[in-house]
Amino acid sequence: MTLTTFAFLVMAVVLVLSAWGVVVAKSPVRSALSLVVNFFVLAFLYFGMNYDLLGISQILVYTGLIMMLFLFCILLLNLGAPDTLFEPSLIKRSLAWFVGGVLVLAVSSQVIGPMATWSTSTPTAPEGFGQAASVGQSLFTGWVYGFEIASVLLLVGIVGSILVAKRRD
Amino acid sequence: MQTGLTPAPIDWVLLMPLLIVFGTGVVGMCIEMLRPRSNNNAIVATTLLGLAAAAAYLIGTWEYPTIHTFGELFLSDRVAKILQLLIIAITFTTVLYSEGYLRERRLPFGEYYPLLVWSATGAMIMATSTNLLIVFLGLEVLSISLYILAGLSNREQQSQEAALKYFLLGAFASAFLLYGISLLYGATGTTQMEDLRAIWNTPLDKPTVGLLYAGLTLILVGFAFKVALVPFHMWTPDVYQGAPTSVTGFMAAAAKVGAFAALVRFLDYATPMSDAWVPMLSALAILTMTVGNLVALVQKDVKRILAYSSIAHAGYVLVAVVAYGVLSREGSAAQPVSVVYYLIAYSFMTVGAFAVVSLATRGGRERTELNDLNGLWERAPLPAAMMIVFMASLAGIPLTAGFLGKLLIFRDALDAGLVVLAIALAVNSVISAYYYLRIVLATVVQKPALHAPRFANPNAGLVATCLVCGLAIFALFFAAQPVLRELEAPQEVFVHRGP
Amino acid sequence: MEGIPLYAYLLLSALLFAIGTVGVLIKRNPIIIFMCIELMLNAANLSFLAFAKYHSAPLAAGSLEQWQVHMTGQMAVVFVMAVAAAEVAVGLGIIMAIFRLRHDVDIDEMSTMRG
Repeated sequence: MTLTTFAFLVMAVVLVLSAWGVVVAKSPVRSALSLVVNFFVLAFLYFGMNYDLLGISQILVYTGLIMMLFLFCILLLNLGAPDTLFEPSLIKRSLAWFVGGVLVLAVSSQVIGPMATWSTSTPTAPEGFGQAASVGQSLFTGWVYGFEIASVLLLVGIVGSILVAKRRD
Repeated sequence: MQTGLTPAPIDWVLLMPLLIVFGTGVVGMCIEMLRPRSNNNAIVATTLLGLAAAAAYLIGTWEYPTIHTFGELFLSDRVAKILQLLIIAITFTTVLYSEGYLRERRLPFGEYYPLLVWSATGAMIMATSTNLLIVFLGLEVLSISLYILAGLSNREQQSQEAALKYFLLGAFASAFLLYGISLLYGATGTTQMEDLRAIWNTPLDKPTVGLLYAGLTLILVGFAFKVALVPFHMWTPDVYQGAPTSVTGFMAAAAKVGAFAALVRFLDYATPMSDAWVPMLSALAILTMTVGNLVALVQKDVKRILAYSSIAHAGYVLVAVVAYGVLSREGSAAQPVSVVYYLIAYSFMTVGAFAVVSLATRGGRERTELNDLNGLWERAPLPAAMMIVFMASLAGIPLTAGFLGKLLIFRDALDAGLVVLAIALAVNSVISAYYYLRIVLATVVQKPALHAPRFANPNAGLVATCLVCGLAIFALFFAAQPVLRELEAPQEVFVHRGP
Repeated sequence: MEGIPLYAYLLLSALLFAIGTVGVLIKRNPIIIFMCIELMLNAANLSFLAFAKYHSAPLAAGSLEQWQVHMTGQMAVVFVMAVAAAEVAVGLGIIMAIFRLRHDVDIDEMSTMRG
C-alpha cells in the first residue's frame, strides 16, 4: 500500500463516518460538528486531486460560511439540548436505511462496477487545470451566462432573507 | 491550454426580454426602498409596465432568426419564445390582482413584486437553455423566490409551514437533479444537450452505459418532484393550501411551465434513450392522473381541490410529453405542439381560478372551504361567472381551450400508439368533471348558511385578470389555428460564433 | 493523489449521497434534514470533480474540446456553491421565522396540515 492510497483510505473512512455521524447524532450541535469535519476533509480530498481553488472555496464557503450559519441558527434557537422528541418508528427507519442501501448497491454494482474494468487510474486532466487562473478563465469566457445567473440567484437570496426576517405589524 | 480572454459572443436581441423582466424586478426593488410607506401602487405600475415592455419587445422581434448564443448556453427558438411570452403573461395577470388581495390579507410587502418577477426570470431561463447546468440554475432562481413567497404571511403558521415544506422537498429534489446531471456528465463529458444526443447516438455498449441510465433516472426523479408527479407529489396540497392564493396561482402555472419546458427539451434530446424513459413516464402519467383526480374527489378545501387538480393536469401534460417523445422518435413530429398548447391553456385557467378563489378573503383572514364560496354569485357576479368558464375549461368541456388541449393530447397519444394512456386520459377527464362541478355549485347555486359570507371587494385588477384569462380560454379555442400554425412552423438554428 | 482509481471516488460519492438521502428520510428536525441535503449536494460535487479530473471522454472521442470537458465539472461545483449559499440564507431564514412563531421545529408535528 502506497502512502497516497493510505491517505485516501483514511480520508474516505473519515468522510463516511462523519456523514454517518450527521444522521445518527442525537443532538443537532453534534450533527453540525460532524458536518464540519465532513466538509473539511472533503476540501483536502479536492486538494489531493489538484483542485487548489475549489478546495479553498470549499473551506471558505462550506466550512466558513454555511456551517457557521447552521451553528448560529442552532444556538440561537437553543436546540443544543438533546432531541427529546419521539423518534420515527422502527419500520420507517429501517425502510429508509433499506432505500439507502439499495441506492448504494444499485449504483455501485450497475454503474461503478462496470467502470472498474474500464477506467484507468491515471488522470487525464492537463497541468494546472484546477488553479484559479484556469477556473477564472473558463468562468468569464464560456460560462459568463451561468456566472450571471448565479449572481441573480444570490440577489434573490439576499432580498429573500431580508423579507423573511422583516415584520410589519 | 486555452489562452487569452475572449468572452462568449452575445446576441443581445434574443436576451433582451429576459433582461427587461429581470431589470423590472431591480427597479421595483429600488422603488420599494424609496417609496412612501402608504402603498405599493408605484411598484405595481412599474412591474406591469416592465412586463408589457418585455412582451412587446418579444413580439416585435418574433421573426428574428433562432440563434444559439452566449457560449451556446442560451437558445431562443419558436417554442422558447412562445413559452417566454406565456410566462410573462402569467406574471402579468398575477400582478394585476395581487395588490388587492395582499391588501385584504394585510401583507403589504413591496418586495413581493420583484421576487415574483425574478421567479419568472428563472422560469424563462429554464425555457431558453439547452444546457443542464443552466437549467439547474434557472430552476434554483425560480424555486428560491417561490420558497420565500410561499412563506410571505409571517404571522400565519400555515403559510410558514408551507414555505418550510416546499423548501425542504425542493432542495431534496434539486440534489437528485444535480447528482443525475453529474452522472450524465461523467458518461459523456458535457452538460450541453445537443452534445449529449450526438454522443447517445453512438452505440451504447460502453462501460459507462450504466451512468447514462442512472443519470437519466435521477434527473427524471428531480423533475417529477418539481412538477408534482405521483408518487413525488406529497408536498403539493399542503404548499398550495398554505401559500397566499396569488402565489399559489403563480406557482401552479409558472413553475410547471418552466419545469415542463426544460423536461420536454431534455427528453427531446434524449430520444436515443427513449426505450428507457417512455415506459417509466407512461407509468408515472397514469398514476398521476388517477391519484390526482381520485383524491381531489374527497377534498373539502377549494385550494386543495385545485392542488390535486393541478397534479392531475401535470399527468395530462406528461401524456403529451410521452406521445411527443414517441412521435419524434418516429420522425413524425418536429415540435411538441400539444404540450405547449396545453401548458398555455392550463396556465390561463389556473391563474384565473385562483384569482377568483382569492376573493374569499376579508380583513386579513382567508377561508377557502368549499362552502365559504357560497354566495359569491350575488357578491361578485362577473368573477363567479368566469369561475364557471375556468372550471369548464379545466374539466375539458367543448368550446374551451381545455377541451381542445385534451383533444390534441388524445389525438397525439393515439397516433403514437399509446392506447392505454389515451383511455386513462379520457376516463380521468370524466371523473374530474364531478369535483369541478362541486366548485361551480358552491360558487353559483348554493346559498350561504346562517351568517353572511365574507368576501373581498372585487377590484378592477381582479376583474381584469378574470376577463383576460376568460377571453384567452375562448380565444385559444376559436382562434386556435394561428397559434397551432405558429407552433408547428419549421425553423433553423444558427450558432452564434462571433461578430 | 496519483494512483487512486476513478471508481473509488465514485463509490465514496455514492455512499455520501445515500447517507444524505437516508438522513432526509428519517430525521425530524428541519435543520438536520437541511444538513443532510447539503451532504447530498457535496456528494454530487465530489462526483463532478472526480469526473472532471479523470475524464477521458470515452464516448466523445474527438467531438468535444478536451479542455472544455475538464472545466465543465469545475464550473458545476462553482455554481453549486452559489446555490448552496443562497439556499442556506433563505432556508435558515424560513426555519428561524417558523421557530419564532412557535417554539418547536418539527415538521411531523405540523398540526394544522394533513398529509
